[in-house]
Amino acid sequence: MGMTQTEKILAKHAGMESVRPGQLIRCKIDLALANDITAPPAIIEFEKIGRPVFDKAKIALVPDHFTPNKDIKSAQMAKNMKEFARKHDIIHYFEVGRMGIEHVLLPEVGLVAPGELIIGADSHTCTYGALGAFATGVGSTDLGAAMATGDTWFKVPESIQVILKNKPRHWVSGKDVILYLIGKIGVEGARYQALEFCGEGVAALSMADRFTIANMAIEAGGKNGIFPVDETALAYLAGRVSRPYQVITADADAVYASTIEIDLAELEPVVALPHLPENVRPARELGEIAIDQVVIGSCTNGRLEDLAQAAAILQSRSVHPAVRAIIIPGSQDVYLTAMKLGYIETFIQAGAVVSTPTCGPCLGGYMGILAAGERAVSTTNRNFRGRMGHVDSEVYLAGPAVAAASAITGHISVPEEVMA
Amino acid sequence: MILTGKVWRYGDNVDTDVIIPARYLNTSNPKELAIHCMEDIDPGFAGRVEQGDILAAGRNFGCGSSREHAPVALRASGISCVIAASFARIFYRNAINIGLPLIELAEADEIQAGDSVSVDVASGKVTNLTSGKTYQAEPLPEFIQEIARAGGLINFVKGEA
Repeated sequence: MGMTQTEKILAKHAGMESVRPGQLIRCKIDLALANDITAPPAIIEFEKIGRPVFDKAKIALVPDHFTPNKDIKSAQMAKNMKEFARKHDIIHYFEVGRMGIEHVLLPEVGLVAPGELIIGADSHTCTYGALGAFATGVGSTDLGAAMATGDTWFKVPESIQVILKNKPRHWVSGKDVILYLIGKIGVEGARYQALEFCGEGVAALSMADRFTIANMAIEAGGKNGIFPVDETALAYLAGRVSRPYQVITADADAVYASTIEIDLAELEPVVALPHLPENVRPARELGEIAIDQVVIGSCTNGRLEDLAQAAAILQSRSVHPAVRAIIIPGSQDVYLTAMKLGYIETFIQAGAVVSTPTCGPCLGGYMGILAAGERAVSTTNRNFRGRMGHVDSEVYLAGPAVAAASAITGHISVPEEVMA
Repeated sequence: MILTGKVWRYGDNVDTDVIIPARYLNTSNPKELAIHCMEDIDPGFAGRVEQGDILAAGRNFGCGSSREHAPVALRASGISCVIAASFARIFYRNAINIGLPLIELAEADEIQAGDSVSVDVASGKVTNLTSGKTYQAEPLPEFIQEIARAGGLINFVKGEA
């Protein structure tokens, strides 16, 4: 019986010929990631074990959630992480000024390769499936134990096959694809399962689109989201990953728990209404929903392609006087390139604020907190109650095109509304 | 291990942001986290929850973030066990790792706020002492019970060295 892409990667890392869904296995890991919120408790657990780190080159520590430090307590947490990195000679520690939002940064600097197995103490670690890796979120204790042992346990998930067909229309991006899928299957539609994307439609998606789609597998409850490694992925990897890696493909006779088909040509820009990512509606059907804030950035949509879309819409236009527009490049490299391409100037001239990379507003940390009754359109990945600030505020999730158009009109808008 | 306690009842898709909002994650001190536990879904929870109480909920409990602070906050609040129709994957794993027992019970919706409930964690037997009904949940897999018996993942890993 054939195996899915996920099953084959898990089997390889467990040192087994084959695995089947439901099996509990122990796997070696290629990378363990933590951030300034999840690393400090992981370090405490790691130290209880009393062993050295398993591999100083296979641990990545990224201060991105509350950094540049928002207060004294978060400064202490970032300090704990930094001191740990120094003490154990961790190679991939990224200080403020040389960092990025973790899930934008790690693929960018070549820490993710096809066929690898990555765990991260952050639920959106599943982003790396865009490059054909098995990547999943864990908690701090799992991470702390893995930093000592170099392995962790998994229950082999069933896989859902998502067949993508055709090409998306203009202004339809990866965010619309994944929100459409979550709207269709619900926030627990893939609970304890792998989302395996395939089909000729994959070729029509940029790497930024694929990272966004894999990133939000967790919003459907998925353990991981994974893509085949095609020419687009290999082109992205070239010049970033120099170590050998193995491209792993699903067997033709792999067994899936279910199959879903998505015709990309039929999709249109969508929005997820508060307070769940499954409350998905076409953006054009929403009527005039006035907004107070727009956030364009995060591990979902803080890449260059996302900023390019926003810049194309904001070019020679102005942010609505009642709106705060916050734009956050996902990494220093994205920031610098956006500056060279003139996007940053476009944003500032339009009346937006541009920030150094941070997760801040996405999780209601800082840099864009909502007051009671305020409403935001955001390219981030969650719109749970109180996610971006006050418990009585609202977050509407969208792609960068809808977010930028909405910033101009002051209400939720499709790009055509301002591009005419 | 038999746990008996008074029930706090919540619905479907209780996410980690309401269990412990991110604005309080500038600490990982369990006592500080407990003060704000469930604040955005039930502002009275932290003040009234008692040691040994049991939390019952619907489907997909603990969806969202990987923050282990969520099960840590619940345990530090006094919650001895969570019974839900289903759990989000990372929350489930985190709870096992830190030693907060979970029971996945299809009939979790029949357990009401204020009921007194008794749970046999090893066998998965749940008794609602208020209604008199008993339920049988799927017991935890043997490997996971081993982690639980060791008192969590870290002790389990230490024992293997």
